[in-house]
Amino acid sequence: MKILACVKQVPGTNKVEIDPVTGVLKRDGVSSKLNPYDLYSLETGFQLAEKYGGEVYTLTMGPNQAKTAIRETLAMGAAGGVVISDRRLAGADVLATSYTLAQGVRSAGDFDLILCGKQTTDGDTAQVGPELAEHLGIPHVTNVLEVRLAGGAEEEEEAGAGASGDMRGSYGKLLVRALRDGLIVEQLVAMPCLLCMEDGVNTPRLPSYRRQKAIREEQIGVMTLDDMKDRNEKAYGLSGSPTQVVRMFPPQKREGKEIYDGPEEESADRIFGLLRERKMI
Amino acid sequence: MYHKTDENDIRALRGIAPGRVFAGSEIGEDYGHDELGGISRMPEVLVRVLTTEEVSAVMAYAYAHDIPVTVRGAGTGLVGGCIAAEGGILMEMTAMNRILELDEDNLTLTVQPGVLLMDLAAYAEERDYFYPPDPGEKTATIGGNISTNAGGMRAVKYGVTRDYVRGLTVVLPDGEVVKLGGKVVKNSSGYALKDLMIGSEGTLGVITEAILKLLPLPALSVSLLAPFETMEEAIEAVPAIIRSKAVPTAIEYLSRETILFAEEYLGKQFPDKSSDAYLLLTADGSSRAAVDGETESLAELCLSLGAKDVYIVDTEERKGSVWTARGAFLEAIKASTTEMDECDVVVPRSAVTEFIRYTKEVAAETGLRLPGFGHAGDGNLHIYLCRDELSREEFELRLAKAFDLLYGRAAELGGLVSGEHGIGWAKKGYLARQSGERLIRLMAGIKAVFDPKNLLNPGKVCQ
Repeated sequence: MKILACVKQVPGTNKVEIDPVTGVLKRDGVSSKLNPYDLYSLETGFQLAEKYGGEVYTLTMGPNQAKTAIRETLAMGAAGGVVISDRRLAGADVLATSYTLAQGVRSAGDFDLILCGKQTTDGDTAQVGPELAEHLGIPHVTNVLEVRLAGGAEEEEEAGAGASGDMRGSYGKLLVRALRDGLIVEQLVAMPCLLCMEDGVNTPRLPSYRRQKAIREEQIGVMTLDDMKDRNEKAYGLSGSPTQVVRMFPPQKREGKEIYDGPEEESADRIFGLLRERKMI
Repeated sequence: MYHKTDENDIRALRGIAPGRVFAGSEIGEDYGHDELGGISRMPEVLVRVLTTEEVSAVMAYAYAHDIPVTVRGAGTGLVGGCIAAEGGILMEMTAMNRILELDEDNLTLTVQPGVLLMDLAAYAEERDYFYPPDPGEKTATIGGNISTNAGGMRAVKYGVTRDYVRGLTVVLPDGEVVKLGGKVVKNSSGYALKDLMIGSEGTLGVITEAILKLLPLPALSVSLLAPFETMEEAIEAVPAIIRSKAVPTAIEYLSRETILFAEEYLGKQFPDKSSDAYLLLTADGSSRAAVDGETESLAELCLSLGAKDVYIVDTEERKGSVWTARGAFLEAIKASTTEMDECDVVVPRSAVTEFIRYTKEVAAETGLRLPGFGHAGDGNLHIYLCRDELSREEFELRLAKAFDLLYGRAAELGGLVSGEHGIGWAKKGYLARQSGERLIRLMAGIKAVFDPKNLLNPGKVCQ
């Protein structure tokens, strides 16, 4: 099975500040890490590859330093990865991003399965995965809990042996369990397909220092707009983005902590008064 | 002889701490024990104090009327230290839980004794400061930590609670309030009474305020999880790591068995369990470059010492998956058996391998299951003696034998009875045996100077 996991580099902490004037994320001096939600999809990929044979490749879009994210996936067990990096891609919204990734996937080769995280911690839209599937014209399932190859052990063996990176789905379907409207839905999905993994579905493996040391530069590919099948700049970056951000602001923090340290009865009365005033009781 | 409390005493105490005095059946069963299994002793009166003045008034009253007083924090101790062995008054400190002052000019934090360790650590971190001692039990009070000189995992680099206490306000058994130490960095002024108070397990005075030393918060920390083929190989790597002059904040050893207990207990999978033994190391520092440099040399060292690989635990999520399991080991082992006791022995770091090897022999000899984990980097091991399906009597017999063997060997290796849990009630026999008559007499003499009527936490440590 040839698997592609899409990942994103996000700020390393959740204490990111937003410049109140420009409304832009202050990324300077902030460490970055792999989007935590992507770790679950990566782990799903590694487990499927171990079980049925095959390899996991990774794909990301971002500035040049996003290579670090790919390196990390290699240290976790990916066979290779690609960074799509090009100034002309800057300012992409979810549509332009998913379109870029779709172009990247087409150029990178054929995959049986594409895995995405549920969402990212810095964008939180949960839209890029499904949109990528739409651009590629393949089926997708979101909030996935569990994946295995449909059919008996025999079929599974066959599938493992025949893993050739064939995008036509010659050997079958996946049995996918996913959360939907509070229910767990089990369905068959023909490959190639895209799955967005729910968070917490597994315990992602840790990056290995041995693997990290063994990374060869040729395992990390870099793509620009020039490598895409569609080279029309208007489809990418800011010009390919119909979404306009009107304003960006940090969520309001609730700072109001008050301590009542009078006698118990008095404090109780004050709390009671406060709760009534706020219409909580 | 102690005076049994009566209506008059309760009335008097209610005058001191109105609405916060409980007697007889008003006292919950939990106040009869701590986290040590198998012993319970109910106090006659429970007083929940709020101020130094109240503590002083309670002590003065108890002193005048010969009533024993036992101080209790969150009750998370493991040696029965806060059990009212002679009945009398149990003084609960948990409501004195204010953080009083952050002094950024002196890098100190002044707190009441009932502040929980987790709240204290979070308060400091939110302000970019660091209170390094981190005993596993985060719901313990700082007063309890000071009273046992609690250690924790970062002791390898940062030391233990005693290293972070600058000053104490203490109520003596007769009710007099004294201040020991202060915000000063240096102190050569007479006997180190403050340090005597630390680790005295509530037998010399009642701590009502503490001035703690803070450090600037390290910018980042990274842990490494190194799998080894066998526990011997893992443990043998530790002296080499220490010799290498690397200064990890922690070096913990974990066995697959304990990891599986933790998985079961938490209902969460550990990120790797392909090996029988692991070392978990942490490096911290003020810059990415410094920490990367240190983790790289530690990783290389582990590989050269036979580690199969070294996994990098660098983000909040990854730390969560590893350290949550590590934090749950005690409870997880507890859940794996019917009853257990614990050996919190500390040996010189060079003797850790030898001692762990010996533990296996003791397990074989006594037929007890002895899972363990611990601070390989500071020589403080936690070995659990599990009852499993044994009868109570059989367990007690084997327990006594196992403790004798373990403490005996520890002493031969230059070790001591307790690394961080204290002596309390449960380990005083072993302390007496190891210390010898002369040292116990010295301790008893100190106790008598502070507490001539033997009212504070009687029956503990050296008695």
